[in-house]
Amino acid sequence: MQVVGLVIGGLYGLGILAMVMVGLVALGAQGPEAIGTVIVLAGSALFLGWLIIPVVASGLDMTLDPARFTTYSIPMKSLLAGLALSSFIGVPGAVTLLATVGTAAAWWQHPLSALVAVLCGALAALTCIVASRAITAASASLASSRKFKDFSGMVLLVPLILLGPIITGVTAGIQDLQEYLPSLANTLSWTPLGAVWAVPAEVAAGHWVLAGAKLVIALAAVAALTLIWKICLAKALVTPAYAGSSRRSAGHMGFFKLFAATPTGAVAARSMTYWFRDPRYGTGLIMAPLLPLVFVFAGSQAAGTGSLGITLGLGGVLAAFLIVWSISSDISYDNTAFALHLAAGVSGTADRSGRALAAGTLGLLLGVLYAVVGAGIGGSWALLPATLGLTIGVVGSALGLASVFSSRFTMNAPLPGDSPMKSRPGNNFPAMLVQLAGFAGVGVLIVPELVLTIIALATHQPLFGWISLAVGVVLGGALLLAGIRMGAGQYNRRAPELLLAVSADR
Amino acid sequence: MSDRAAPGQRPPALAIRGLAKRFGSKVAVNSIFLDVPAGSFYGLVGPNGAGKTTSLSMATGLLRPDAGQVWVHGVDVWGSPLEAKRLMGLLPDGVRLFDRLTGEQLVTYAGLLRGMDKDTVADRVKDLLATLDLAKDAGTLVVDYSAGMTKKIALASALIHAPRLLVLDEPFESVDPVSAANIKDILNSYVESGGTVIVSSHVMDLVQRMCDHVAVIAGGNVLAAGTVDEVRGGLSLEDKFVELVGGRNQTAGLQWLRTS
Repeated sequence: MQVVGLVIGGLYGLGILAMVMVGLVALGAQGPEAIGTVIVLAGSALFLGWLIIPVVASGLDMTLDPARFTTYSIPMKSLLAGLALSSFIGVPGAVTLLATVGTAAAWWQHPLSALVAVLCGALAALTCIVASRAITAASASLASSRKFKDFSGMVLLVPLILLGPIITGVTAGIQDLQEYLPSLANTLSWTPLGAVWAVPAEVAAGHWVLAGAKLVIALAAVAALTLIWKICLAKALVTPAYAGSSRRSAGHMGFFKLFAATPTGAVAARSMTYWFRDPRYGTGLIMAPLLPLVFVFAGSQAAGTGSLGITLGLGGVLAAFLIVWSISSDISYDNTAFALHLAAGVSGTADRSGRALAAGTLGLLLGVLYAVVGAGIGGSWALLPATLGLTIGVVGSALGLASVFSSRFTMNAPLPGDSPMKSRPGNNFPAMLVQLAGFAGVGVLIVPELVLTIIALATHQPLFGWISLAVGVVLGGALLLAGIRMGAGQYNRRAPELLLAVSADR
Repeated sequence: MSDRAAPGQRPPALAIRGLAKRFGSKVAVNSIFLDVPAGSFYGLVGPNGAGKTTSLSMATGLLRPDAGQVWVHGVDVWGSPLEAKRLMGLLPDGVRLFDRLTGEQLVTYAGLLRGMDKDTVADRVKDLLATLDLAKDAGTLVVDYSAGMTKKIALASALIHAPRLLVLDEPFESVDPVSAANIKDILNSYVESGGTVIVSSHVMDLVQRMCDHVAVIAGGNVLAAGTVDEVRGGLSLEDKFVELVGGRNQTAGLQWLRTS
């Protein structure tokens, strides 16, 4: 599988490289000032990327993590040179090197600048690598702490979800900025971020002194980064991996204080704690509330702000569904910690209803919040019962079906402590089918509420909304109880088999 | 063949009859029979991969056996699991804990799951954490605990409901000597008060000093079982174990690994 990943990554890299080269050659038709501006800006962005990505993505690839070298006695010089060279072997490093050296292509009208650009490109690629290595080494002890890993893994997802709005915003911003860009590039060219990229442009313009000065800045930057890298690496090599956090004494019972002191209440309190403390659940809790906002954004692009309230309410239904449906893989997320439930002889009813209680509370709160806020913004209070009915119906039906599913199927979930982004091999076709069947099942179960809500929204007749609310409460509640009952029976029969299934996966 | 009959009037703490499990083509446990008398401190020894953990998992209701039956104080573990599990406290080896809970929350969780009332749980959690020297780390997440502390918090979770039979899989692994001595004291007084302890270990010396009964398991079979003195028959338990299990290398060892 790794070879396949490498091939796909390589093809992707080649594609980007081809696009960059075509762009550079096309850029070469412009005057030297325009070429310089574009390359300085793009190059500065590339530096920033190499500085930022290794830190936030540190949980993803730690192959050359400095901490791994602590036990070997490798001379510092060999280690620095080896680590720097090895970075060029990977797809990002190789593509960066080719692209930076390839900036020469943009200077096809100015042969001397092209020659300078080849040398400066190599220097720039080296700077990228050294900068990213320096920052990895500097953050090594930070990045190996559990809290940092938990946090960065979750935060990384936020920009991904909001990619649409961000891109639109940035494009709009750039159009305003267009006059401002040349002066920005000029400023950047005097900083370590942009200096190296500006040298060929200065050569093309015949400003030899300026070219020399900027080259000095660039060389000084590499030297300084290498020194920082060396110091941080030396420190990281003699510092063992992050060892524990400060001690805390008793008395912090958290959610265990809020829920009843019964088996069901304990399971609910434990699940609730995990929703807030385990990044695998936490990412869901961060992503779900953002979804309605993405919907609203997409909706306002397409249809203006008139339907804002309704979109928000319906987005809230989806968010609530995503949260409550996640308990369908709850036992897979427990992994072998589930043995405690089995050893303690927890009844199926307590296990099922405790998990449903925690997820249901969160999902319902979120759904109702968005429905109410949506009605408030859209001024459509009369239609609030319609959205509420659908929300309650979806939460109840999905919880019921998920309770049955999670006592029947296990899947390859990320292991406890792993990055929530880490995909696990072996989530095969049957597992996908199970998930799809689940979605379809919930879709069928909520047909009555859905139809009533749609009629209410389409005809603006609040009566149908009230019927939808009544049906949602009754049908959702009944399906929830039936699901817990069925799931509990299944759990009582199959609990050892569930434990065996998740034990295979550690 | 009296030991093959179902347990009689005064049932043993744990009675295993013909327990068997295979994984694919590999026989992990090959139809074992074992009686653990009530009030005994029972050692289960065997080389790595002998089937100790598999046997204990089946005996405690975590892993469904292919064949055979288990009784805990006369209660059929696979017939009435909820009743049987009330009598047992279990420290499994190689399973995760709910480690995003604090130590205090985890032990409380174990107590509440067993349906105990809130005040009893709170009192016992306090006692257990103090006795196991974890009071200062009670509010730390279990995921940040050291290996030894993790073992101790798992032991606390197994003790919270005052079971009549304690099944401990490798309880002393990576536990520091002081804590190990504390744990031994707790277990000894527990046995004196009439409780039964089963420990699995591959530290023979520890089993010989601590236990009054022992069973040797290898290759999924019980090779010997009885009181420690019966089984070792004059030899040290370690020598007897090597004799029973075999597998010592008879070559001269690593010739180059000599400093003179």
